[in-house]
Amino acid sequence: MSNAAFILNGAAFEGAVTVTEAGLRGMITLRGDLGSEAMEKAVKASVGVALPKQRKIKSGKRGAVAWMSPDELLLLVDYDQADMLVAKMKSILAEEHHLVVNVSDARSMFTLSGAGAREVLAKGAPVDLSHSVFGKGAIRRSRIGQIAAAFWTLDGEELEVVCFRSVGAFMYDWLSTAAAKGSLPEYL
Amino acid sequence: MLILKCPYCGVSAEETEFTPGGEAHLTRYTSGSEDQAFTDYLFARKNPRGVHFERWRHVFGCGKWFHTARCTATLEVFGTYTGQTSTPPDNIIAVIKAKRPEWEGFK
Ligand SMILES: [Zn+2]
Repeated sequence: MSNAAFILNGAAFEGAVTVTEAGLRGMITLRGDLGSEAMEKAVKASVGVALPKQRKIKSGKRGAVAWMSPDELLLLVDYDQADMLVAKMKSILAEEHHLVVNVSDARSMFTLSGAGAREVLAKGAPVDLSHSVFGKGAIRRSRIGQIAAAFWTLDGEELEVVCFRSVGAFMYDWLSTAAAKGSLPEYL
Repeated sequence: MLILKCPYCGVSAEETEFTPGGEAHLTRYTSGSEDQAFTDYLFARKNPRGVHFERWRHVFGCGKWFHTARCTATLEVFGTYTGQTSTPPDNIIAVIKAKRPEWEGFK
C-alpha cells in the first residue's frame, strides 16, 4: 500500500496574500434527492450539520457540507474518515436512488489568506467577490483562469479553493502569480 | 458578452461560465424519419434575425442544461428557464411579446 501524497507537498507562497496547498482532505461527492429525509440523515450522520441552502456551505465539528447543484453536495471530512463515511451513507441511502463516492484523491485544495485574498481570486474568476455578495458561508462553482474550480469562505475572510488534482500544480502557479507582491490595488 | 441566470444555481453569471448547445426545442429527426424531415432538421433551420431559443449548459457551475430566450441582433436576454420542457413557458413568451410586438411567435 502506497502512502497518500498531495500534489505539491503543502507548498506555500508568501506574496501579497498567502497561497497554501491545504493538504490531504477527505472529499465525498453525494448526489440524490436533496429534499429527502434519508439524505438529510446521511449528511447529519457524517458531518453533523443540516443540509446547506443553495450556494452555501455549512461547517460543523466533523467537517463541512457544500451545495454544488440542486442534486449534488460536496462533503469535506477528515482524509482517513472518507471511506468509512461513504460506507455509512451508502447504507443510510440504500433505499433510494443516490451516488456517493470518495473523491479525495481526485482533488487539490488551496487556501488564500490575507486582506487581498478576494482581489487575487477576482483576477481570474468571473464572480462578484465583494463581502456583501460573497459573504460568510458562500460557495461558488466557477472557473479560475481557464480551469474549473469551486471556492468558498467559511469565516468570510480566508478563501478555500478546490480543483481537479490533475490541474492542481497549474492552479498553485496561477494563484501564486496572481498573488505577486505589489500586484494588488493600493486601497487595500 | 451575455449574462445568463442559471435557473438551477439561481446565479447570474457571464457567458464564459456557460457553453452553448445550439437551437432549442427542435424535433431531432433521425434514422427511420422521412428524408425530407431529416434534411430540414439538419440544414433548413429558420434562423430568424432576432428572437432565438437556445440550449445552454452551466459547464463551470452546476453542470446543468437549461434554456435561454434571447435576441441575436441586440444580445438582449429575455429570460432563462428549465431544461425539462419542450416549449418555452408562458411567462417567457409574455416577456418577448411585450418587448418585441412584431415578433412572429414561437414556431
Ligand atoms: Zn448552474
